[in-house]
Amino acid sequence: MEVSVSDFDNLKATELRLGLPGIDAPEKPAPVSPRGSKRALLKANEECWPGTSKSLEADTSNQEAQPMAKAQVIGWPPIRSYRKNSFKARKAEVEAAGLFVKVSMDGAPYLRKIDLKVYKGYKELREALDNMFRCFSTGMEGCNGSEYAITYEDKDGDWMLVGDVPWEMFISSCKRLRIMRRSEATGMPSSP
Amino acid sequence: MRRERCDMSEVEGGERGGAGGGDGAGDGVADAPPPFSDRVLENVLENVLQFLSSPRDRNAASLVCRSWYRAEAQTRRELFIGNCYAVSPRRATERFRCIRAVVLKGKPRFADFNLVPSNWGAHFHPWVSTMAAAYPWLEKLCLKRISVADGDLSLLAHSFPNFKELSLICCEGFGTAGLAIIAEKCRHLRVLDLIEDCVEDEEDETVDWISRFPGTTTSLESLGFDCVGSAVNFEALEALVARSPALRWLRVNHHVSVEQLRRLMARAPQLTHLGTGSFGSAAAAAPLLQGGGSSVEDLAWTFAASKSLVCLSGFRDVEPHYLPAIHPVCANLTSLNFSFAEVTAEELEPVIRRCHNLQNFWVLDTVGDEGLQAVAATCKDLRELKVFPLDPREDSEGSVSDVGLIAISEGCRKLRSILYFCQQMTNAAVITMSQNCQDLVVFRLCIMGRRRPDHWTGEPMDEGFGAIVMNCKKLRRLAVSGLLTDKAFAYIGEYGKLVRTLSVAFAGNSDLGLRYVLEGCNKLQKLEIRDSPFGDSALLSGLHHYYNMRFVWMSSCKLSPRGCKVVAQMLPLLVVEVIRDRDEDHDNEAVSKLYMYRSLAGSRNDAPSFVEIL
Repeated sequence: MEVSVSDFDNLKATELRLGLPGIDAPEKPAPVSPRGSKRALLKANEECWPGTSKSLEADTSNQEAQPMAKAQVIGWPPIRSYRKNSFKARKAEVEAAGLFVKVSMDGAPYLRKIDLKVYKGYKELREALDNMFRCFSTGMEGCNGSEYAITYEDKDGDWMLVGDVPWEMFISSCKRLRIMRRSEATGMPSSP
Repeated sequence: MRRERCDMSEVEGGERGGAGGGDGAGDGVADAPPPFSDRVLENVLENVLQFLSSPRDRNAASLVCRSWYRAEAQTRRELFIGNCYAVSPRRATERFRCIRAVVLKGKPRFADFNLVPSNWGAHFHPWVSTMAAAYPWLEKLCLKRISVADGDLSLLAHSFPNFKELSLICCEGFGTAGLAIIAEKCRHLRVLDLIEDCVEDEEDETVDWISRFPGTTTSLESLGFDCVGSAVNFEALEALVARSPALRWLRVNHHVSVEQLRRLMARAPQLTHLGTGSFGSAAAAAPLLQGGGSSVEDLAWTFAASKSLVCLSGFRDVEPHYLPAIHPVCANLTSLNFSFAEVTAEELEPVIRRCHNLQNFWVLDTVGDEGLQAVAATCKDLRELKVFPLDPREDSEGSVSDVGLIAISEGCRKLRSILYFCQQMTNAAVITMSQNCQDLVVFRLCIMGRRRPDHWTGEPMDEGFGAIVMNCKKLRRLAVSGLLTDKAFAYIGEYGKLVRTLSVAFAGNSDLGLRYVLEGCNKLQKLEIRDSPFGDSALLSGLHHYYNMRFVWMSSCKLSPRGCKVVAQMLPLLVVEVIRDRDEDHDNEAVSKLYMYRSLAGSRNDAPSFVEIL
């Protein structure tokens, strides 16, 4: 059978990928040229003493996409945490650094990760979770309805119901999310 | 217990008894009352001795004879304890009964770099509870690397009715609740200086401590809280400054915007030392709240009105367009701390070119070699320079190098102290500095890449550091880095005769390196070494000297428990601590962390489970 152009398009649809259905895998970014190729020369002098952290070899070959940063040794360079934290804290306040948390759903075979900073409030969060886990719901109401409750684990390790505290307080204390079956949440059997 | 004779002139106050009669304890000396004539002589002596202030002089005086020992003990007003575990609180307070000021230091310096597990020790509690009973008229306290709890601050505030000055440097364990008690109860407080402390509150338990100062005119002269992470009640702060006419030093934290700073400065035009907080506009963060920020002209006018300013710091979130506002005071500045300000050479130049009288300058490496050249061109009177890295990682892009170091050495001939972080260095530059800056007392060079050689010649950095110890005859403190062989240590041992503090990391080839130092540097007091191949035989070569030292720290070297045990047995007055990391194997043959120090107090009883005292 001749292979036509349209067949190629169809082939693309049957292509096996690691991405989730419905999501187009983005193009891999162009490799960044590695810095510090002079490191290779200096590495020759390095020895590992017992008790020191082993540093990963910085890969200087141009084939690699990005060199791995050297594993940082504890307490080196000798800068006080006070000083390190001053810059880190400021960056955390100013930049929109991502706040990624895991989301699990009862019955789903795998977890997802979402960036809480992307959402402006609870409504958006619920909608996003609904979209994300729609394929796993039994089709009755989705995770937004009465079938499921959205809970989160806070800094103290307690499981709390999402929605009680102001949004800002929530995202600063939320460590992970769990979409729980209502039957488990309330202790009553789920409706048939 | 054998009592070792040692070089008493090196001892800090309270650490050794050592009366002339060979009775080190001092417990029995004061008991028998002297005959009348001797008492008269002692009174005369006391009147003379009260003019002696330096601890070294006083220690020497106390060794002359029992009479002098007693007189000195009666007249000593300031107690300096360089290692809180070197003497017990009880012993110190029994010998010195009239103390008004105490300086107490705790953890080893490497604790600043997370090398000492938390809860290791250096607790304030035993000291404050003993002093509460012994020194009710205590006025001043300075603590460095001590673990201080809120309860300790409360005890302090309630026990010393005449308390005036509190300085906490690199301390932790307390929060705003403790500060509130100090503010409220210490009615004569003149100084509250929090310097690089870790002030942490439980969630939602921040206390408005600024509001707790007395509502009347205060005697505050110095208030520094730039390390406090939580915002303070600004209205209360402004009111406090307004009713503190003696205030000369004010250091606010980064929550204070430039608009708020203006208001504070308007209330206190007599300030000499100012920590400027963020030096950025609140308007940038919340444009709807403020009706536009302060203009640079308004700010400059405020600075011009502060005619007494000699020291500026802060600049935590500096917006470079505000920098020209400090131009009116630059000519008077002797100290400028830009070490949190991410400014470029272009932004620095207009400021630094006006700072003719600058003696102390701390800066971030974002200014680059070019910025340092600008410093060298103007600051001819510079005594102390510290260049910190913005990105403190081994493989970050370096902005300062040997070029900047040479420029500084050529422009700032009176330099006494330098701390320089860089990614690469050359022997030639270090040698040049050693020749140009003969007054150097402190030389600390941190080449951030471990074991990095001279980046021109590929050779070790031995010659550079060798030149430093050879040419800088007043050198007392040295920190080395880069690729170093035993030769560097041979130089240090041979020429570093005045060196008291030595910091070594990732350096040396063999035991010889450490031996050179221990055998050659006879004034050495503080030795901190990490990740260097020095083993038991090197450790044992220092037995003759350890009683003269405040401490020795060796981590990730090649020591074994056997070697450390030998030291502990040979020197019973030395406390030899082996500190284990949590997940370490207890049968491990290598000692990961050794911390040893002379002590009259014996093994401490508050050591946690991960510390083994041999």
